[in-house]
Amino acid sequence: MRTGRTLSLPILLASWLLAGLSATARADDQALVTKGEYLARAGDCIACHTNPGGALFAGGLAMATPFGTIYSSNITPDPKTGIGSWTADDFYGVMHTGRFPDGGLIYPAMPFGSYTKVTREDSDAIFAYLRSVPPVHQPNRPHDLRFPFNNRQLILGWRTLFFQEGEYQPDPTKSAEWNRGAYLVEGLGHCAMCHSPINALGGSSESKAFEGGLIPMQNWYAPSLTSNKEAGLGEWSIEEIVDLLRNGVSHRGAVYGPMAEVTFNSLQYLNDADVRAMAIYLKSLGEGTPPGAEVSSVPVPESSLLLSFGQTVYQAHCASCHAADGRGMPPEYPPLAGNPSIQMESSVNPVRMVLNGGFPPGTTGNPIPYGMPPFAQTLSDDEVAAVVTYIRGAWGNRGSAVSARQANELRTAPLD
Amino acid sequence: MPLRTRDNLKRLDHPGRALRYPARWSGCVILLAVLMYFPAVVALAQPTEHAPDTMEARLRACEPCHGRQGEGTNNDYFPRLAGKPAGYLMNQLVAFRDGRRRYPPMNYLLEYQSHSYLQKIAEYFAALRPPPAQQTATDVGSAVLARGRSLVTDGDQARGVPACSGCHGPKLTGMEPGIPGLVGLHKSYISAQLGAFRYGTRTAAKPDCMQLVAASLTESDVTAVAAWLASLAIPADPSPVPKGTLQMPLGCGSEPN
Repeated sequence: MRTGRTLSLPILLASWLLAGLSATARADDQALVTKGEYLARAGDCIACHTNPGGALFAGGLAMATPFGTIYSSNITPDPKTGIGSWTADDFYGVMHTGRFPDGGLIYPAMPFGSYTKVTREDSDAIFAYLRSVPPVHQPNRPHDLRFPFNNRQLILGWRTLFFQEGEYQPDPTKSAEWNRGAYLVEGLGHCAMCHSPINALGGSSESKAFEGGLIPMQNWYAPSLTSNKEAGLGEWSIEEIVDLLRNGVSHRGAVYGPMAEVTFNSLQYLNDADVRAMAIYLKSLGEGTPPGAEVSSVPVPESSLLLSFGQTVYQAHCASCHAADGRGMPPEYPPLAGNPSIQMESSVNPVRMVLNGGFPPGTTGNPIPYGMPPFAQTLSDDEVAAVVTYIRGAWGNRGSAVSARQANELRTAPLD
Repeated sequence: MPLRTRDNLKRLDHPGRALRYPARWSGCVILLAVLMYFPAVVALAQPTEHAPDTMEARLRACEPCHGRQGEGTNNDYFPRLAGKPAGYLMNQLVAFRDGRRRYPPMNYLLEYQSHSYLQKIAEYFAALRPPPAQQTATDVGSAVLARGRSLVTDGDQARGVPACSGCHGPKLTGMEPGIPGLVGLHKSYISAQLGAFRYGTRTAAKPDCMQLVAASLTESDVTAVAAWLASLAIPADPSPVPKGTLQMPLGCGSEPN
């Protein structure tokens, strides 16, 4: 008995200790996976790596580019067709250097120019999360790129011009909150993919970071985040920016077009502190630039037939929601007076909103949004041009006039 | 501010209250004068109006194509929605959102909406009973209409074509939860949908009964069926019949037994 007891006590103790240790390890793993899931939301991985209605992260989404069609890859832990055979080092290498584990070059449709700024710790968490999702056996579809873009060696040239490897370096002169916001916006958020001008080589230049640009193939204009004449948020309150990013609507305006996807799949899941940090950083980008003082090329209302015709169209079709004075009924029906989104140099977005209408995304903060009717069926090219010219010039707005030809061209802009 | 004249006149009829008004009026005049001089104050002081907290106000996006109350419009290619079973409408909304039913303007509008919002939208339109939109006059001959009527009510037994009314109800107002009414639709819309089923560009949950039915129709059958259905007036009660009312001649994935 005695011997038995003395023998069994250490064994019991050891097994208790081991059980305790493995329980702690499991809890740690779970915490890492949860953190990774959150960061994968911040990186909006789902937007490209999941086909609508298809299996989570199994890829296969067709993305039209000026160079041909690129298909996103399977990032589930399936060992044959996904990333099941990768290590955390491999994954960090892909995020950080834009090269596959075998050294192969990745097309910059994958925003590794932004993801390179992600820390090793965050990369490991995302990898742990991706290891935890159900593996899906779905071979990657080869890209369908035209000559010469089907030659991956060309990516080397692109990388020399546009890719700068390196994790985010905090700016010690700024607050921790600002730095957190900058890390998210420049890194995982990969906002520069749309909000920096895309040049003919498909790259976005660092010196023009966040200066806005027309998104190729989609025909939506991603406004500058640095100019208060566009989406510059320098004059917005932090609360208004937070509302816009996370809920999709605010008292100043709503998200639409490709940005609706970002709020829907990514930003609505971020916590208060992170959205606030992004708002602080974004506001700082727009601060110090002059508010819209551009001289309008729109003639004075009395002399302009287009404007008076536009006003008639506006009264008949728009005023019941956006109000005769353009103040709208925010946040449900956004204001048009003073809304920078409709006064930008590019008139693509307001024309498309009139033609296509749209709903802001359904989010936790705004689950049953108010939609705007598409007017493509109802209004002629002349009427669209007139009403967009009117809202760009009325109530102190300072946007230039729009022609019927511009309106007509955007009727065939892709809707998906 | 009591500026609505009719109300004020009424109140002035009450002698007890009349005395207070001159003072109020002068107050208003001063306030108005102040506001006129400081338009910026108006903008800040007056909270902007809120949109009505209703589904109608939310779903104005649907209006140009489907009518204010889902009654349909005179456009040939857009269907009436009001009164169709909520289950059917929900299936279509989800299929449009997920891209299984392709029509880019619809796919685009619904892309980022939640399941629960789509359910609300389906229930909203299913419950509406607007007066019917004006019907367009038929442009086919009586022989074609007669052929359409025969196919709709009896089918074509010899060729294995089931009657529309076998599933869509004797009054063709549909059956809960998944079978739509066929009245109040335009001829072009009906023939376009039958064509889409036939060529597999519109699909439903398997077994996809409509694909089988549409595949068994000839082009002249489609013309006749569409013309006859479009010529029918919407009955006074366009409600679909309850679930299980009809013994369906073939299995449909969208209408679970």
